[in-house]
Amino acid sequence: MNIIVCAKQVVDVAEIKVDSSTKKPILVGVPQKISDMDKNALEEAIKIKEKHGGKITILTIGAPDAKERMKELLAMGADEGVLIPPPEHADYHVIAHLLAGAIKKIGSYDIIFCGEASIDMFSGQMGPRIAGLLNIPQITYAQKVTVEQNKVVAERNLGEKAVIIESPFPVLITVTKEINQPRLPSLMAILASSSKPIHEWPATGVTSEALIPKLQTMDIKGIPMQRKNIIYQNDLDQSVGKLVDELAKVGVLR
Amino acid sequence: MVLVYSDEKKLTLELLNKATELAKELHKKVIAVSIGHDEYATEYLEHGADLVIVAETPQHQFKAEEYTSILQSIMKEHRNEIVLIGSNKNGKELAGRLAAKLDAGCVIDCTKVYIHDKKLTTERIVYSGNAIAVEQFTSPPQIVTIPSKVFDPLPKNPQHKGEIIKKKFESESSPSKILKVHEMKSEGVNVEDAQIIVSCGRGFKKKEDIKLVSELADVLKGRTVGCSRPIAADLKWLSEDHWIGLSGHKVKPKLYVACGISGQIQHIAGMRDSGVIVAINKDPEALIFKSADYGIVGDLYEVLPKLTSAIRGKLG
Repeated sequence: MNIIVCAKQVVDVAEIKVDSSTKKPILVGVPQKISDMDKNALEEAIKIKEKHGGKITILTIGAPDAKERMKELLAMGADEGVLIPPPEHADYHVIAHLLAGAIKKIGSYDIIFCGEASIDMFSGQMGPRIAGLLNIPQITYAQKVTVEQNKVVAERNLGEKAVIIESPFPVLITVTKEINQPRLPSLMAILASSSKPIHEWPATGVTSEALIPKLQTMDIKGIPMQRKNIIYQNDLDQSVGKLVDELAKVGVLR
Repeated sequence: MVLVYSDEKKLTLELLNKATELAKELHKKVIAVSIGHDEYATEYLEHGADLVIVAETPQHQFKAEEYTSILQSIMKEHRNEIVLIGSNKNGKELAGRLAAKLDAGCVIDCTKVYIHDKKLTTERIVYSGNAIAVEQFTSPPQIVTIPSKVFDPLPKNPQHKGEIIKKKFESESSPSKILKVHEMKSEGVNVEDAQIIVSCGRGFKKKEDIKLVSELADVLKGRTVGCSRPIAADLKWLSEDHWIGLSGHKVKPKLYVACGISGQIQHIAGMRDSGVIVAINKDPEALIFKSADYGIVGDLYEVLPKLTSAIRGKLG
């Protein structure tokens, strides 16, 4: 079973502070990490490898410092990594072509795992894009994955409904946060991971096409939040009374 | 052309509002696509579509590979520069795959879509609710997904006429197979349509205590209980249809009461568009107060019974 896990290095969104005057997020100096659901994707790949054997390759498009983060994934249980620096101008279209190009170059694969979305942009289009470019079936929002002989059976979480779907290999699967609990690597595993290779490939090595972004980011704006912020905190009975009067006044009690 | 598609009728009607506005500005026509359902066609015309294409297909269950190829065939016949897709989970995976097939730009979960400098421009929430990304397409085709409730449907206009085409389109068949569809554990709540929501979070000590929230919801005649991530995803005290937040449901009721919810940005992202927001939390520093119109600092076990009875008294 050859498995490729696409992993993205992102800013840790929980650590983002907002500039109080401009309301814009301060992104400089925010710690980086591997996007949460990408770790779920790797955990699922490791479980499959433990049962069926095979090889797990981590694929990342990112700056050179992503190598440090990729080492954590090797320590968790991946076998090797491929790191490709992003071109100066990139959007989903460009990155998807690089990922698909790299996957073709890796060559042999049964399952490609992605997180359902990355925690920074939360778009969730990368998995379906890769599947589209490779022309293979896609199973998104998987909350359960079982590998059987010659096929995989997965349960998609659609909120109100769950869809059980099976697919032959190769297949691309995106996973939700609920699918598993990613393991923490042991010290031994961390030490052993230093001998696992991370290959650095240039973007030009995986696609010969000139990739032009279809989308330009014009601005990252702050979010204005104008609320009254009337907080009652003294006598409880009085507070409750005042709140009820206010709610009646603004017309939400009927 | 501006093409509209969702597998949900309601969402399609909402998208038609935006589509007709864009089409008017760009002097284009609106096409609504229905895959497999001809019973919606007239309604789509009455809500602004100039042409409804009913794609006849033996494939009645949604599968991204097949639905993508149907939309691709339609787009080959009708030059569509803008494609609006309803942003449910099926819609998002469809949009991504379609974008790859067409080498197109795609923006997911847009809350604003407009023309700026003659270019299609979108806004969406990023960085876990901390910012809005303003993005602009550089070339067509342009794919945008829009969540439910961002736009209201236009009022029905029986005078609005258009054409209905029923047709079979070439579509590739996918090697994957749907084995079964079953309902997820659900209590049949629809938070997205609720006008009044009372929500609970980690401030509750045990599952039984959630009745304090449902009692308040009842007297507010909302009867809708929401919750933050830990209650649905980790503790599983309530089913996921109650979950409000970035990965749960996005809501915009007239009144939102957050009880024992700290106000993580992921939760705020799901309820920030509510009319009036009330927060109850014992921690005066809780983030939720920054996003609230009214707040009571206090132990919810004391506050909720008093609030419920005060409102009951007020309403008589």
